[in-house]
Amino acid sequence: MTRVRIARAASDEVNNPTSQVVRFGADRPLALDSGGALAPFQIAYQTYGTLNAQKTNAVMICHALTGDQHVANTNPVTGKDGWWDVLIGPGLIIDTDRFFVICSNVIGGCLGSTGPASTNPATGKPYALGLPVITIRDMVRAQAMLVDHLGIEQLFSVVGGSMGGMQVLEWASSYPDRVFTALPIATGARHSSQNIAFHEVGRQAVMADPDWLGGRYIEAGKRPTKGLAVARMAAHITYLSEAALHRKFGRNLQDRDALTFGFDADFQIESYLRHQGATFVDRFDANSYLYMTRAMDYFDLAADHGGRLADAFAGTKTRFCVVSFTSDWLFPTAESRDIVHALNAAGASVSFVEIETDRGHDAFLLDEPELFSAIRGFLRSAARARGLEQ
Amino acid sequence: MNAMTEPSSGSPRGDLAVVAGFIRPGARVLDVGCGDGHLLELLQGEKQVDGRGIEISQRGVNECVSRGLSVIQGDADTDLVYYPDKGFDYVVLSQTLQATRNPKLVLTDLLRIGERAIVSIPNFGHWRMRLDLLLRGRMPVTEELPYSWYDTPNIHFCTIRDFVNLVDEIGAKVESATALNGKGEKIGVSMPWWFWNFFGQQAVFLLRR
Repeated sequence: MTRVRIARAASDEVNNPTSQVVRFGADRPLALDSGGALAPFQIAYQTYGTLNAQKTNAVMICHALTGDQHVANTNPVTGKDGWWDVLIGPGLIIDTDRFFVICSNVIGGCLGSTGPASTNPATGKPYALGLPVITIRDMVRAQAMLVDHLGIEQLFSVVGGSMGGMQVLEWASSYPDRVFTALPIATGARHSSQNIAFHEVGRQAVMADPDWLGGRYIEAGKRPTKGLAVARMAAHITYLSEAALHRKFGRNLQDRDALTFGFDADFQIESYLRHQGATFVDRFDANSYLYMTRAMDYFDLAADHGGRLADAFAGTKTRFCVVSFTSDWLFPTAESRDIVHALNAAGASVSFVEIETDRGHDAFLLDEPELFSAIRGFLRSAARARGLEQ
Repeated sequence: MNAMTEPSSGSPRGDLAVVAGFIRPGARVLDVGCGDGHLLELLQGEKQVDGRGIEISQRGVNECVSRGLSVIQGDADTDLVYYPDKGFDYVVLSQTLQATRNPKLVLTDLLRIGERAIVSIPNFGHWRMRLDLLLRGRMPVTEELPYSWYDTPNIHFCTIRDFVNLVDEIGAKVESATALNGKGEKIGVSMPWWFWNFFGQQAVFLLRR
C-alpha cells in the first residue's frame, strides 16, 4: 500500500473500525485512575476460534505500545500479517481450533478503541489532549468490561509482551479469580527510570514538531510526522540489541561505496531507522503515542500495593509463566526475576524461562523455538488442569 | 543442579524412588535442584502432588517448562530466601547439598520453607572413598562422582555421620533415613550409623524442624 493510503486507512479506523466494536454508553462509564470517568467509550476487538459451551477456553492477548487488535489477521491499515501470527492461529501454539482468542485495541489507542484521535461526542472534535491520561489499569478495566460483554467469567489465559505483559500482570493482580493462567513476556512490574527517559525523549520529539499544534493537529489537517518519526527511531533502538544491530548492519554503507562527508543516510542503520520512523507515522496517531508511553511510565504494580510487589499477588491461584530474553535491555531478565521472586513470596505457581537470543526486546514477536516450546508446555499442562482436553 | 549425576543420564536414580516413598499423596512439594524434572513428573503422576521446582541450569528449566512443570531458574544458595515460611509440605534437595556454597544455611532454609525436608547426599565416608585416600593418596573419582577435584561442582562433600551432626546442630530431627548402594538399592532396614557410613554410597533423609 502507498503511504497516503495507509494514513487514510489508519484515520478511517479511528471512529469506525473494521473490527468488532462494543460501545458503552453514558450509563456504563469507564472509571479511570486519574479520578474521572470516560463515557461513552468504545472498544474495538478481534476474536478467533469459538468459545466453548462452558466458556472456559478464552485467551486474552494484550498488545504492546504500538500494537493493535489485529494479532492474527491481515492488518487492515498496513496490509501486513497479524503481529503475532507466528504464535496464534489454527494448529499453532495458541491454537484457534481449541481456544477462543480475544485481542482488543487498548483504551487510548488509535485503531478503533476510544483514544485521543477519537471524536469527543461532547464537542464533535477529536479529544486530542482532552482525553484523560490512561493507565495500564484503566486499559485492563476496559478489557474486563469487554470480557463481561462476551459473557466470560474466567479467562483461560492472559498473554502479552512488553506493555502487553504489564496488562497481563495487572489482570492477574486486579482480577485474580478471572485469570486461570498468566503469561507476562519481556516485561516488568514497573517502568524503569531509563525506560521513562527514552519515552520522554520520544514525547518531546512529538511535541517539538511545529505541526503538533498543542495536540490539535487533526482539526488543522496536519500531522506531526517528523517528531513522531524521531520518537519511533529512538524507541526502535531500544527494541533491538547491539549484537543484533551489528549482525544485521555493521558499519555497512547504504547504496554507496564511500562516505559522502555529509548528513545523508550513509550507513545502512541510518537508512533502516529512517524507514522505521517513516512507515510508523502513517499508521499511528502521535497523541496516542503520548498516551501509550505515559501509561507505561505510570505503571508500578508494587506502588499500588504498599510498595510490596508480592502483595499484588497475595493469595493468587493463577498459574504464571514469566518469560525474558537474555539480550533484552529494555526489560532485562532482572525485572522478570523480581516478578518471579514476588510470586514465590506470594506462594504462587510460577514458571520462569529466560530465552537465549541476541534479538533484544523484539524477540518476543519473532519466531523463537524455545519461547514457543515453553508456552506450548505451559498452556498444555494448564489446559489439562482446566479440563480442556487436547 | 543434580551435580552428582549431571554427566551421566539414563535410568531413574534409585534415591528418587526413596524420596518419593517419603511423600504423602496430594502434598505441596518444592524440588530444589530439580534437573530435568524427573522427580516432579514422578510425584505428579504417582502422588498427585502440587509440585514446583527450582533449577540452576536454564536448559533444565526450559526443558521442564516445555513439559508442563512449574519450574523457575534459580540457585539454592541465593533464591530460597524469597520463599515464605511453611509454604510447602516437603522441600526436596536431591544430590545437591554438596554443591551449595553454604550447606548449613540451605538446610536451615529448607526447613523454614517446608514442614519437612527430604535431603539425599552422596556419602564421602563410603569405604571405597576411604580406600582411595588411604592407599592411592588421591581424591576419589568414582562412577557416581566422576569429577576430578579441580572441576567438580561438589565443593562441600560430607559423610553420612557429618550430615547427621549438621542436622543436630541446626536443631532439626531425622524422622527417617535410608542408605543406598551404588545401584540405588536400600542397605539393610535399620542399621547403626557407622555401618551405613561405611557401606552406603548415598543416603536419603526425611527431616523435620
